[in-house]
Amino acid sequence: MRERLAHLHNFSIYAGAALLWLTTTAMHIPDGYLGPVFSAAMFVLVLPFWAAGMRSIRVNMDARNIPLIALLAAFSFVIMMFNVPLPGGTSGHAVGAALAGIILGPAAATIALSIALIIQALFFGDGGILALGANCFNMAVVVPYVAAGLYGLLTRNASATSCRRVIGAALGGWLGLTLAALLAGVEFGLQPVLSHSPDGAPLYAPYSLGIAIPAMVLPHAAVASIIEGLLTALVIAYLQRTNLPILNTAEIRAEGRGESSRRTLRWLVIVLAVLVVASPLGLLAPGTAWGEWGRAELVQHGLGSIPAGMEQLPGLWGAPLANYQVHALGNASLGYMLSGALGVVVVGVLTWLFTSLLAPTHPARSNGH
Amino acid sequence: MIQGTLRASRSHRQFLAPTLRSIASTLQQGLFAEELSGRAGLLQSVDPRVKIIALVELLLSISFAHSAWIIVAVYATGLVLAARSAVSPWMLLRRVWLAMPFFTIPLALPALVLTPGPAMAILPLGLIVTRTGAAAALFLLLRVSTSLTLALVLVYTTAWNDILRALNSLGLPRTFALMLAMTHRYIDLLLRATGDMLLSRESRLVGRLSTTDGQRLVGAAAGALLDKSIRLSGEVYLAMLSRGYTGAALGLEHLDLTGRDRLVLVVATAFSTAALLFGRYLSRGL
Repeated sequence: MRERLAHLHNFSIYAGAALLWLTTTAMHIPDGYLGPVFSAAMFVLVLPFWAAGMRSIRVNMDARNIPLIALLAAFSFVIMMFNVPLPGGTSGHAVGAALAGIILGPAAATIALSIALIIQALFFGDGGILALGANCFNMAVVVPYVAAGLYGLLTRNASATSCRRVIGAALGGWLGLTLAALLAGVEFGLQPVLSHSPDGAPLYAPYSLGIAIPAMVLPHAAVASIIEGLLTALVIAYLQRTNLPILNTAEIRAEGRGESSRRTLRWLVIVLAVLVVASPLGLLAPGTAWGEWGRAELVQHGLGSIPAGMEQLPGLWGAPLANYQVHALGNASLGYMLSGALGVVVVGVLTWLFTSLLAPTHPARSNGH
Repeated sequence: MIQGTLRASRSHRQFLAPTLRSIASTLQQGLFAEELSGRAGLLQSVDPRVKIIALVELLLSISFAHSAWIIVAVYATGLVLAARSAVSPWMLLRRVWLAMPFFTIPLALPALVLTPGPAMAILPLGLIVTRTGAAAALFLLLRVSTSLTLALVLVYTTAWNDILRALNSLGLPRTFALMLAMTHRYIDLLLRATGDMLLSRESRLVGRLSTTDGQRLVGAAAGALLDKSIRLSGEVYLAMLSRGYTGAALGLEHLDLTGRDRLVLVVATAFSTAALLFGRYLSRGL
């Protein structure tokens, strides 16, 4: 009974914290919430996206798009002031980052939104200056990339007037801002772990991950992200009724890269699938690969004693798929294949991420403006 | 009829009035900052690059500080500099501390009881305020208020064009600086256009507006603004071409550091370094 009361007490505190945070669903992190080293790391994290955005503007767009980006940055700034009416007589304002991601493409949207955030920080004191890296990463990178990605996925082969576009915009906006809130929660939650005084007092954002993540994610998922999704969907629906060329331009930009490499990708998938299926052949080979011996095998090979450091190292990290096996399957060959497939997906995602950031984009296409 | 009108206006006020208020407030802030930055004062006469470097140094010193006294000292210095630059410290205090209850104070308050540590006070419902929780909340409030104050001192004593020239001179890519300058210029235009659009819509509204209709109205306004922005960008590009734009962004006006600017930079760096060192190694004082 006492334990249940203690749980109830803790829960009420967490709920109180979450409710208090509910009033603070704005995403602009001021200076003082994040440690200086952490803030610098966030700048480093956002740099490749800025580089990719600038490259996209330089290579993928012509000079006339410099005023386009500037005007859409101004639009992003203004759209943050729009109050969207909600049921029950309340209203809230959106970030507008998902819309920018869908219309401009995520790389260029990162630049437009970063410019809007820089002006807000430098001119209006909204959001910190040292925290600009974190704010740009959360709002100018995560939201447009996630929103444009999900919108592209859900509207593949959809006509310009399809209602899938409105649904894709709504879901993209919701997911983009919710993930940005999750990231902000992680950033806040890491502060007490990374920086505290000798007596344990947190020096920056004071809450642990267990409090910061739900406190950021729940209010956003329930209110702010819905507003973001709603505004994105409303504008896409309006453009469907009145200005289809804008949507078609966004479509051309989104498809620019995928079209040319689709055939190559199909062959790559076939070859990789064959290799994954063939991977259990490795089980036929006896023994361990040369130089990859374990401690017992080292002794078998005549090493008298194992160095103390090497004795401790194996316990430091427990691989989730040790020896490429999934014990729950109870079958070595299936475990090999599943491990291979998982490895291909992880490496594929990482490679796609890096190449999409670093590789030059395709030459300009007509944008119709 | 009167009741209907009242209900309708209340319904509209839920989303149109706050948006119009935000727009008016942003325009007002921009004008206010321009007016203050044009006054004669101590910081207005300092090179904008020196002010930006000094601001970053001071932000870093308070960010690294483990002593509340040091943060208070930097805060007080910021207020004194503002007073010497024709910017009212009371206005700064009001602006910063009126904003705190909406973001930082709600965030700092639960830390009082949620941070584990030795008990300092017992509140109703068995909530215990811990010493470490109080320290965490204090640090958060001081850091946020001081950082915001310093940023506002820069904004109120430096014209936006000077900030851009300084950023350009400090190594910001020219294309980026060009887009930043254009964005700032067109924010004003788009804000006015949005204000006019929403005001004219509100003045034509009669009767009750359902939530769905209200949402449609906002979507249409945002969509029309997007359309206007894209059309305007084409016109701006043509205007740029007609004035000789060749695709290469040119640097803005050259800046020269005077002996006084160098002295200010040395003093600001020495002060920030001292604050950083004392703030880092002094034990917490408050």
